[in-house]
Amino acid sequence: MSELISTAQSPWVDPHLHVWGWEIPVYLFLGGWTAGIMVLCGWALWKGQRDERPHATFSLASSGLFILAFAAISLGMLALFLDLEHKLFVWRLYVTFEPASPMSWGAWILILVYPVLLMGILLDPPLTLTNRVPQLVPLLKKLADNLTLRRITGLLAIGTGVALGIYTGILLSALGARPLWSSAILGPLFLFSGLSAAAAFAHWASPDQPEREYLAKIDNQFLASELAIVLLFLIGLTTSTEAHLQAAQLFLGGAYTAVFWVGVVGLGIVLPLIIQSLAVTHRVPHTPLAPVLVILGGLALRFVIVSAGQISHWSRL
Amino acid sequence: MARLGMVIDTVRCVGCMDCVVACKTENQTPEGMNRDWITYATRGRYPDLSLTIQSERCNHCDNPPCVHCCPTGASHVHDWGGMVQITREECIGCKACLASCPYDARYIHPDGYADKCTFCLHRVEKGEDPACVAVCPTHCMHFGDLDDPHSEVRKLLDSRRHHTVMPEAGTRPQIFFLE
Repeated sequence: MSELISTAQSPWVDPHLHVWGWEIPVYLFLGGWTAGIMVLCGWALWKGQRDERPHATFSLASSGLFILAFAAISLGMLALFLDLEHKLFVWRLYVTFEPASPMSWGAWILILVYPVLLMGILLDPPLTLTNRVPQLVPLLKKLADNLTLRRITGLLAIGTGVALGIYTGILLSALGARPLWSSAILGPLFLFSGLSAAAAFAHWASPDQPEREYLAKIDNQFLASELAIVLLFLIGLTTSTEAHLQAAQLFLGGAYTAVFWVGVVGLGIVLPLIIQSLAVTHRVPHTPLAPVLVILGGLALRFVIVSAGQISHWSRL
Repeated sequence: MARLGMVIDTVRCVGCMDCVVACKTENQTPEGMNRDWITYATRGRYPDLSLTIQSERCNHCDNPPCVHCCPTGASHVHDWGGMVQITREECIGCKACLASCPYDARYIHPDGYADKCTFCLHRVEKGEDPACVAVCPTHCMHFGDLDDPHSEVRKLLDSRRHHTVMPEAGTRPQIFFLE
């Protein structure tokens, strides 16, 4: 037998020692969703697409999605701020750059994200802005007509979107003390989860039928990729050390098995993939069901990974 | 440059927890939070059992994940002695360091910053031993420069079998336990 008794404070005994609560998964989800929107809308801008409607819409080439992404990442940052225990010192993030710290990278990536989102909004300004500040209209029209600027903004949106999406996963994978997280594949996993959630929302909200079809198709590709990455993630854990194997057991018979396989994989990836595959081949109509499942599945993925990761640990005996 | 570390004789340690009380008194740690603790590991098959008692704390690792992940530089390696320290005024309480520590050596102080064992830096700077070492009634704890071939800690490590806690985590702890 091997038994360890410790007089240390323990998160199992003292709940206040639990590291991260709801704020971090919510932030990681909103960050990933924003990243997905930036990549999709950036791609539309890069291809020179334009929405000629007089008002902003939720089509990829309009500014509605950029506006929502702006709100989403701001909400995410609010959640992140709420999680800080020393809130008045938050400005310390921006007086240094720590190259070894993914969180420091993330803080600066977020600073890059905002001007790109703003540029995306200004390229198709909403009526609320142009009605209130009509003096800006000639300048904004000149910006919107500049194809080179649209393409550069598209590229920047794709670049910062990918960086933001990958960072949300790397943030966790850099914390090697939690074996469940110590896999760089969390970066692509969270990126593809963000892309699929963004494509699902855009598919649901887009005013154009051809674009809806297109988004459903690429969402299927994102979901299939995400499923493959989930399986690679588990294979990586189960073929590694005892600590990583124990971490994988959380999903393979352990405490998180049901919520992971039923909630995240079944309802969040496989079922919407089936529904949308039938929808794009016109065997069932497009309904909001699949997009809602994908979005909730993306949120559930962050909650499960963050929560289970804090339980996983290196073995003492 | 000095490399300060601790050597603890598990054969002598009786788990009296004087080190825990001394730390709490010296550093005024909040209620329910400790910078050091005792572990009792029982191994074997009854009746052939062995008991190892260890006084544990932050390992002041040579490859400290808490320092690497800190986004503000609040967690840092001290200029002298390689000790891992926290600048309270730079800590934002993001808890990345808590999540990165395989030893769960850190906690969030009620005032909002991350806190942990400092090797009693305020005492060490005056040439004194950390409080836990100073009070140990069995003299099982030793503190000094691991790089100094004439130091007590170096001599003990050179002459006795020893281990660290979870070396597989790759953190290169600077607290050694004699067997």
